[in-house]
This record gives sequence, structure tokens and C-alpha cells, in this order.
Amino acid sequence: MSVRDILGRIGLAFGVFLIVSPAILFFLWMISLSVKFEVDNAAYPPVFIPENFAWKNYADVLASNRFFTYFTNSVLVTGGATLLAMLVGVPAGYGIARMAAHKSAIVILVARITPGLSYLIPLFLLFQWLGLLGTLWPQIIIHLVVTVPIVIWIMIGYFETTPIELEEAATIDGATRWQVFRHVALPVAKPGLAVAFILAVIFSWNNFVFGIVLAGRETRTLPVAVYNMISFDQLSWGPLAAAALIVTAPVLVLTMFAQRQIVAGLTAGAVKGG
Amino acid sequence: MSTITDQAAGAAQDMTVPAQPWRPPSYWPFVLPALIVVLSVIIFPWLFTIWMSFQEWKVGSPTTFVGFANYLRLPADPRFVEAVGHTLSYTALSVVLPLVLGTFAAVIFHIKFPGRGILRALFIMPMMATPVAIALVWTMMFHPQLGVLNYLLSLVGLPPQLWVFHPGTVIPSLVLVETWQWTPLVMLIVLGGIAALPTEPYESAQIDGASTWQMFRYITLPLIMPFLFIAAMIRAIDAVKSFDIIFAITQGGPGTASETINLYLYSVAFVYYDLGYASAIALVFFALIVALTAALLILRKRAQWTGVDA
Repeated sequence: MSVRDILGRIGLAFGVFLIVSPAILFFLWMISLSVKFEVDNAAYPPVFIPENFAWKNYADVLASNRFFTYFTNSVLVTGGATLLAMLVGVPAGYGIARMAAHKSAIVILVARITPGLSYLIPLFLLFQWLGLLGTLWPQIIIHLVVTVPIVIWIMIGYFETTPIELEEAATIDGATRWQVFRHVALPVAKPGLAVAFILAVIFSWNNFVFGIVLAGRETRTLPVAVYNMISFDQLSWGPLAAAALIVTAPVLVLTMFAQRQIVAGLTAGAVKGG
Repeated sequence: MSTITDQAAGAAQDMTVPAQPWRPPSYWPFVLPALIVVLSVIIFPWLFTIWMSFQEWKVGSPTTFVGFANYLRLPADPRFVEAVGHTLSYTALSVVLPLVLGTFAAVIFHIKFPGRGILRALFIMPMMATPVAIALVWTMMFHPQLGVLNYLLSLVGLPPQLWVFHPGTVIPSLVLVETWQWTPLVMLIVLGGIAALPTEPYESAQIDGASTWQMFRYITLPLIMPFLFIAAMIRAIDAVKSFDIIFAITQGGPGTASETINLYLYSVAFVYYDLGYASAIALVFFALIVALTAALLILRKRAQWTGVDA
């Protein structure tokens, strides 16, 4: 190995360290904050690994009687919005791809560049008028603004690349369009379904802006609940960091295990709603 | 479920039975449910917002038609004008920094090295993590007395900063978070571009004794330009709309020093409940985003032209 090679390797290692360390150090610090008692979190110079671990920060968050409500709300809103989006978005992606109705993608594009807040004003009034405020329905419905475009956009891409010959053969054999979709097109597009599902779940789970306007005390999702913790118990960092970590943990785990799908989805459409 | 299936199949068949081969409408049953959803949660809000922007509407009082009065209020509203300035500087920084760092990261991640897969997963975590949770930890890190950032500065001999707690440093500090969060997306887009590059130019350049930097500057960079433009456009659209991070860390403060259009829109709509005016802001804001996107597209065309000339 020549000197030039060795220098090259050191340079590469340094480059890798430079770009990856902000992310790694941030999350390590987040974990550190969440397992420290007040004394250690207020210490100067800062303590990275404490002598006594404050596991009770996690216990406190999980044991608070509201946490379970907020967690359930988050699961229902994200689950509802994602399943509804898959239900209407997957067939739509198929239809648009087969009709080659590329102009209809403009609507998706408009949805992509519209600030989430501009949906909130009219829909807030609509939900108020319908008497839905105070239930989870407004949030499930408005999260469709995030999930439906993601699902449609990604599914158009997948159905466009699946071979049409198989479908033609099935049609000749007498299958209806619905049967062709259900038994021929859908199984082939399975990887696409996974990508659309994962991205819809993540961006719906992370969404914050819809919740702060539409959620009441009983209907808060986890991001909104955590935000409310900032404003009220600013002083205790340990439990706050623990709560933040609990909220984002499902997404981080999903990112670890479904990295390939996420990368495929983001580079295909680079969709992010809200 | 079976009824839906039957209906859809039936509808599909009804339309395919006629003698004329009129194929396209047969896919409509697939698109219809999504169309209804899009009409009600995307199109309807848009039309309603346009209508509302011509009304004087404060919650609790009757609406009155005021023509363009809401729009005419905008240039005379110092808070709005200030917010436009904040938005532009925030956006410019939040496009340029992730673009430079993301391109560098893409070049690094294009090289094969042990642990690349797991490191890439860790690298993209900031953009997947829940923004509010991230914002909360950044707020703690920005703390002037107890925050870890001032400690890190002191290690390299730099004076402590007030970060998000001072009007002069609040926007750069928020941009730091935004850059940390969204550099990975730029990296992914540019990496896609680099991966598709032909290898021949590099081989001949190597034979000619070109340095790594020269190869990047004269081969890679021109070839990945289209991807950089896409990344810049996506970044610009997201940065201009940025809400979660700013709202959770500063609420637009201190004072109104980090109030962008989106945050001001929130205040007007859901703090002051001045819904007519808020609708006008929403529409002007949307027009601004469209203009920004169009400007980048024109710039891209230009770049392609000069590329042909050279």
C-alpha cells in the first residue's frame, strides 16, 4: 500500500466522521439527556455518561396517565390516515398510470408545495360546522392531505414500471379490470406498497402543525403532547428528553429496518407533506 | 368488501361492454375514491380560501365582502413585510448549506467503505425523526448557560453565544437545525445522480493524471447539475414552508426576529382568528412559493443553455 493510498484512507475516514458525527452525536446526547437526573443535566462542564442513571425519567413518562391516551391517539390518527390513503391511493395510482393521465399529477404537485396551514383554515371551519372538533376525525381526515399524495405519487411510479403484458393476458382470459388489478397488478407492485405505507406512516406520525390547531386536551397526538410539555415543564430536562425519545423512537427504528424502502421512496418522489 | 369489489367490477364492465373501444373511462372507478378525497381535502380548501380572502371574517362576527382590502393590507403591514425578509434569508441559507454539505456527503457515500450501510441509515435519521422531538433537544443544546453547544465552543476557544435567544443569531441558529435535518435528503438525491454517472471519463482523466478535486470539479459537478437543481428546488419549497422547527424552538421570537410568513400566518389565523386576512396571506404565500419554484426552473433552463454553449 502506497503512502498515497494510506493518506486517501485517512482522508476518507475523516470525511465520513465529519458528515456522520453530527447525527450520531446528537442522538447520543439525546439519550444522555434522557437518562440523567437534574443535577447531571445542569452540571458544567456537561456530563455525558452519568454515575447514576435516571431510568425513572422513562418510567415517569410511561406511567403518566395521559401518555397512553396520546399514544393511542397517535396510533389511531396515523393508522387511520395511512389505511384510508392506501385504500383510495393505491387504486388511484394504478388508474392514473394505466390511463397515462400525467396531467393529474399536477394536483399532487400543488398539494406538495402548498403550506399545510392553508388547508387548516377552511377545514377547521368545516369541522367546527360539522361538530367534529373534539373527536379524532378532523385529524384523521386532515392527515389525508399528507398521506394521499405520498401514496398516489409512489404508486404511479411503481405501476408504470410493472409489465402490462401480464395484465393484457389476464384480460384476454376474461378477467375483469378489478380482478386484473387485484390479482395481477397488485402482487407485482408489493415493494411499492411497502414504500408508500412506510413513508405515509412516518410523515403522518411526525406531523405537528395539524395537531396544534385541531387537537383538544383529549385528542392530542404525541408530537403535540411533547410540545405542550416544553411550554409547561421547561425546567426538568430529563423527563422531557425521555418523552421526546419515546415519541420519535418508532420512526427511528423503522428507519433502521426499512432504510432501503425509505431511500427508494424519497429519491423517487421526494415527497414530504405538510 | 365484496360489494365494493362487485360494484367496481360491475362499473368497469358496464363501461367496457359497448361496441366502441372507448378504453380510458374504464379506469375511472379506480381513481374516483381518491378524486373525492382530493376534491374535499385539497381542492375545496383552496377554493374556500380564495373566497375567504375577499371577506372580512373574524370568528364570532358576521362576514362582509371587502374586495381586495385584505390584500392591500399586506404591504402596509410591517410584521408581514418583516416576515417576508426573514423567510427569504432563512430559505436562502437553508438551500445553500444543505446543498454544499449534501453534495460532499454524496461523494463520500459513493465510495465503498466498511459500515457504509449502517452509517447511511444513521445519517438519514435526522430527516426521518419527529421534528418536534428534535426541536426540543436542540432547544436544550442552545441554552446559553446549560447547553452543550456553548461548552463545545469553549473547548475550541470561542466565546459563548446566545443562539436562538438573540435576534441577531436566531435565524442562523435555526438554519443550523434545518441544515442538520435536511442535508441527508440532498445527499440521497445527489447520490442517485452520481451512481448513474458513466465511468469512462474518470478512467481517461485518471490516465491524464487529474487530481481528485479536478475530476470532481470538471466531470462530476457538471454531470450532476440537474440533480443539484432538483435538490435545490425541493429544499427551497420545504425551507420556505418550514414550520415545526421554528415554532417549537422560538415561536417566531425573540420578539418577532424569527417570524417567517408561515409563522405569521399561524398567528393571524389561530391566535388573532382574523381568517379573511389569514386567507389572503396564505394565497400570497402560495404565489411566492410558486414564483420561487418557477425561478429555479428558469435558472435550470438557463444553466442547460450555457451548458450547451460551453
